[in-house]
Amino acid sequence: MSMMANALRQPRFLIPLILFVTVVGFFAAGMRLDSTLVPSPLIGKAAPRIDLPVLNAEGRRFVSDTMKGRPWILNVWASWCAACLEEHDLLIAMKNEMDMPIVGLNYKDAGEDARNWLARLGDPYLLTAVDAQGSQALDWGVYGVPETFVIDAEGLVRFKHVGPLTEKVLAEEIAPLMGGHG
Amino acid sequence: MNMARVFIAAAAFASCFAAQAAQPLLEFDDAAQEARYHALIEELRCMVCQNQNVADSSAPLAEDLRKRTYEMIRNGDTDRQIFQFMTDRYGDFVLYRPPFKASTAFLWLAPAIFLALAAWFCWFLSRRRVAAGRLTAEQRARARRMLDE
Repeated sequence: MSMMANALRQPRFLIPLILFVTVVGFFAAGMRLDSTLVPSPLIGKAAPRIDLPVLNAEGRRFVSDTMKGRPWILNVWASWCAACLEEHDLLIAMKNEMDMPIVGLNYKDAGEDARNWLARLGDPYLLTAVDAQGSQALDWGVYGVPETFVIDAEGLVRFKHVGPLTEKVLAEEIAPLMGGHG
Repeated sequence: MNMARVFIAAAAFASCFAAQAAQPLLEFDDAAQEARYHALIEELRCMVCQNQNVADSSAPLAEDLRKRTYEMIRNGDTDRQIFQFMTDRYGDFVLYRPPFKASTAFLWLAPAIFLALAAWFCWFLSRRRVAAGRLTAEQRARARRMLDE
């Protein structure tokens, strides 16, 4: 009796094969998930208040309360962050094409480096708030630069993206949140 | 004076500073407070290098969280308040022992479920083996005839 015929007659011989395929299936799905993307507990909650000095504006401060009444984007960046370079052109395009202000949060950076970066690559921001110690970023749960948040007109955090922004994220996640502000 | 001794003393002296540079000396009111600090940073996950805790990681974020934990302890915050502070910002994922709730139920119950499944499977197999070992009346009679011959 061949093994194949035996297997067909007695399906329990197929159990190890079925288990194996199931386990491989789980592993394959697991590898496709990005474990570095952790859902933010801030979604749907009031955006943490920011009160920080503004880059390139001696003595001026950015207070996030002033943004109430319109949706806006908070983009956490640093000149030492290579991935920030990747999304920079997209941010510039967003500034030119979208009616939604982008506030930069310069994270643990040197003022001089940040200024040079914006002068060299262009400035996509309404303004850049300087978080030299990263203390306010901590309130936003920032753990990897760049990070991007969308805050709605009521001041609630609606979306968070970790890592460089892409056209896909912009079109599928951010654009639907703009609701007439696009 | 022996040069080797001088060298060893110098190396030992230098190593003191190296150890201090990695973890700054922190002041605590008492040993219990210090123990609390170390227990807390052991329980927190470093969000940057996710398989390390905040105590072990040298990532700048882990350093910030150690500092914040220290400040909160000195400020009189309870363990509960400190964990709440962390989960408000980073979610349950920041805790190595997340609270039991709907989203973490499977995580907590999975070991028990798999243990129960394995136990059932063992029981099932052993029962079949016993059943397979049992002879029918006809087989028994045949065996007896063969033994009698």
